[in-house]
Amino acid sequence: MAELNLIEAINHALAHELARDPAVVLLGEDIGINGGVFRATAGLQQRFGAARIVDTPLAETAIAGTAIGMAAMGLKPVAEIQFSGFIYPTFDHVINHASRLRHRTRGRLSCPLVLRSPCGAGIHAPEHHSESPEALFAHVPGLRVVIPSSPSRAYGLLLAAIRDPDPVIFLEPTRLYRLFKQEVADDGEALPLDVCFTLRSGSDVTLVSWGAMVHETQTAADTLAQQGIMAEVIDVATLKPLDMGTILESVGRTGRCVIVHEAARTGGFGAEIAANLAEEGLYTLLAPVQRVTGYDTVVPLARLEYQYLPSVERIVAAVHKTLEGA
Amino acid sequence: MTIIGRFQIDYTRFLDPRGEATQPLPDFALDPEKLIPLYRAMVLTRTFDTKAIALQRTGKLGTFASALGQEAIGVGVAAAMGAEDVLVPSYRDHAAQLMRGVTMAESLLYWGGDERGSDFAGPRDDFPICVPIATQVCHAAGAAYAFQLRQEARVAVCFLGDGGTSKGDFYEALNFGAVWKAPLVVVVNNNQWAISVPRSMQSAAQTLAQKAIAAGIEGCQVDGNDIVAVHHAARQAIEKARSGGGPSLIEALSYRLGDHTTADDASRYRDPEVVQEHWTFEPVVRLRNYLVQLNAWDPQREEQLVRECNEAVNAAVETYLATPPPTPGAMFDHLYRTLPAALHEQRDMALRLAPQQGGGHG
Repeated sequence: MAELNLIEAINHALAHELARDPAVVLLGEDIGINGGVFRATAGLQQRFGAARIVDTPLAETAIAGTAIGMAAMGLKPVAEIQFSGFIYPTFDHVINHASRLRHRTRGRLSCPLVLRSPCGAGIHAPEHHSESPEALFAHVPGLRVVIPSSPSRAYGLLLAAIRDPDPVIFLEPTRLYRLFKQEVADDGEALPLDVCFTLRSGSDVTLVSWGAMVHETQTAADTLAQQGIMAEVIDVATLKPLDMGTILESVGRTGRCVIVHEAARTGGFGAEIAANLAEEGLYTLLAPVQRVTGYDTVVPLARLEYQYLPSVERIVAAVHKTLEGA
Repeated sequence: MTIIGRFQIDYTRFLDPRGEATQPLPDFALDPEKLIPLYRAMVLTRTFDTKAIALQRTGKLGTFASALGQEAIGVGVAAAMGAEDVLVPSYRDHAAQLMRGVTMAESLLYWGGDERGSDFAGPRDDFPICVPIATQVCHAAGAAYAFQLRQEARVAVCFLGDGGTSKGDFYEALNFGAVWKAPLVVVVNNNQWAISVPRSMQSAAQTLAQKAIAAGIEGCQVDGNDIVAVHHAARQAIEKARSGGGPSLIEALSYRLGDHTTADDASRYRDPEVVQEHWTFEPVVRLRNYLVQLNAWDPQREEQLVRECNEAVNAAVETYLATPPPTPGAMFDHLYRTLPAALHEQRDMALRLAPQQGGGHG
């Protein structure tokens, strides 16, 4: 078993599916000989050829749009959007076409594509490179929205995304690309796309997060444990469709919930989880649900980005708030 | 100074508005057996078009986009396609769709507000009508890439309007298709109007065909009301694409004789007298006049054709009106291949709250 960081795990998953399924094609900017700006596709064009690892002209709209045409005609395109802020031109195609081609044609045509994009702040990137657009996509019927938080989950979830018969938005936290390594068996075993992952069991509070913030959340759980507060940590991983059952079951035991995400607060996906808790779990709650999120500001440039990102301290403080009077 | 590139755009017309040859005709145009099916398809399209508008006016159909005056484009292009090719239409392309084997009942179902109208029983790989302007050109380029990668001798044929050529999607798709040398044919139905905005305000370019030049592919302009010119250009472009020659752009000059859709009133923004003048150039009479010159058509055949078209359209209308609306569960069917558990409760609610069936259309 190899020790892989998250970007290497992505690379292994792509290679595995390219070798397994001749319908899989990759397209995007600089993904060929250059191996992608983050090296997700390093070595793949050399191994699988330029016809299947396609360096496209520089146009995100057509990357998404041509991927739809490929998918409708039987290919399994995995399109890479180079930087998170460049994903917005794809909205027209993702929302108007990819998400609804199956529905519009009553299943006659479908759109089994994966749109991969880096996401999130924390690597001192230039402007428009630190976006967290997951809630924008999670609002769209017909999509799946997936964000891994570790190399092994990135590997298994990306395999599942490529094998899924419907469009999947696969957001990769750049902050995690090279943050740590993990044993990842390149065994072709996919992870389920419809479940949350409980990373840590606890009885006092449920911490719900996804993507890069899972790490601050786990660190916060360590800090809380030292204070005698046992936190359960759930990595949502697949935001849409949402496995609310796992969250409700956990909160049913702990009675407290803190939701942590990097994206801006208003209309963030934490609001969706909190609303579901209010609808279906209110009477199990011992304290109001707390959200620890990015501010409702533009994600700032490098000098302030760690002031923007929710800190371990903010998460711990939010947990303490749920325990006030307990 | 050194000139490093020279470009020209050719305009082709074979039949003038009176149906008389302006230059030596291609072989197919000398054979009435090849032209009569095209004429029949144009008349059927117009009969269907007229009926669809009437259905909308009487509350039996939703908004409908008429192809009045532009029948030669869809018929002439689709007749040049092989069954294995794929049509990627816009919303004014029922002439081509009917040629491809989409049924009139399916088309009516679509415009009547039923997704099943896009579940074509005939051309299973043809794309559904595309409403967001010019986005379909990207899909066609991607489809063409799929054919190329699998080494299938198939061509993606895409339609858009003159307004659509202002969209980035159009340029991006031409550019992708050209770089890939993909089997793609893009047909611009230049009917001179994008709802109320005339061609002169759409682009300062002398022709829309010349937009191909920047992509590095061939572009040509044809008289879109001359089905011989349309069909000839389409055959050449499709054959070129099929044999590995890459994409082509065809600008077919026509005129939108009807409103943009049934929700539009073109008299608000254009002079009805000018529209009337354009009836002089319309494609159906032009081909009929030519067939009469060939002694291949007469009033008896015309009468019989009109009767047959009316019968076929009326039968399709009956099928459409007799089709009960889908159950509310259809909203959830085909959203995903397998409906996620997270949506079961919403589907159950929609089914539970559904009114009793039996209303039907109108």
